[in-house]
Amino acid sequence: MSIETTGYGPLIIILIMAVVTLATRWGGVFVMSFVPISYRVKQFISAMSGSVLIALLTPLAISGDNGARLALLTTAVTMLIVKKPLPAIAAGIIAAALFRQI
Amino acid sequence: MSDSDPHLHELNCQNIWAGFKQLVPISFFVVIFGLAFGLAATQAGLDNSSIIVMSTLVFAGASQFAALELWSVEVAIIPLAVTVFAINARHLLMGATLYPWLRQLPPTKRYTVMLVVSDANWAMSMQAFTRGEPAMGLLFGGGLALWSFWILGTWLGLYFGNAIQDPVSLGLDMVMGCFLLAMVVGGQKDFRMFIIWIVAAVSSLLAYWYLPPNSHVIVGALAGGILGAIWLEKKR
Repeated sequence: MSIETTGYGPLIIILIMAVVTLATRWGGVFVMSFVPISYRVKQFISAMSGSVLIALLTPLAISGDNGARLALLTTAVTMLIVKKPLPAIAAGIIAAALFRQI
Repeated sequence: MSDSDPHLHELNCQNIWAGFKQLVPISFFVVIFGLAFGLAATQAGLDNSSIIVMSTLVFAGASQFAALELWSVEVAIIPLAVTVFAINARHLLMGATLYPWLRQLPPTKRYTVMLVVSDANWAMSMQAFTRGEPAMGLLFGGGLALWSFWILGTWLGLYFGNAIQDPVSLGLDMVMGCFLLAMVVGGQKDFRMFIIWIVAAVSSLLAYWYLPPNSHVIVGALAGGILGAIWLEKKR
């Protein structure tokens, strides 16, 4: 099933994307409203919240170029030293930019 | 994670505005991303109003870029919906992780706040909530900041997109990665969490290599979460 990208087509396609995205934004909260929040569920949630980030970042570090790896390394080290996110992010981006100019 | 404190989930104009301002520095990068999207969308053949409507209603950068890949004379609906869902499935996890605090709000407010949940405001407010600080204003106000700057950036991209020829050579593709890593490094660090992270990392990599595209986030997050539910932290 396809929609042509003429007339109202693009708008319908965009509305489908919007509904699917909204379902992801609301779905997690909706499902959790049926789950009793026990201590175990809390531990699941807090472990998962860090794991989401790790799961996003690991393939980025492994499959990325050396500029990407250097950016992540620089951000991690800067964050450990100064403990402020903005300088850490800026340092990472600058590291990637400089490395890719070489 | 104490959720008995009534101030933790308070939502009013002051803290929404404070949250908005807190996310403005990051939003600068969002503008540049939006700019890149606006430019790419123009090049993919979308008309200007469609591009703005997409950024306004969808507000999820990675999936919007992916939609451009599928855009031609006709767009196949099922592959598009599956792609968008897979890329945005991490929102499900964000909603679930925020639930202990969101449930304090009446449903209308709860789902209104979730309209603007995105990586940056989720990560920052999650960190604050876990420290026992109020962060509902940060979540919602920060989301409004990201959303408005995303639309602004997209709009700028329609007209000035050519100014940035190659965002990758400027390291701009790394903004979100570096931001999220800074959140990880700034978060809770102990032996148990470290092992959980390793399990999450290894399982996400295996999924990345051997399972369908975009499944790695869910697989890694669930693996880490399940380990956390089995290996409980001693109650404090």
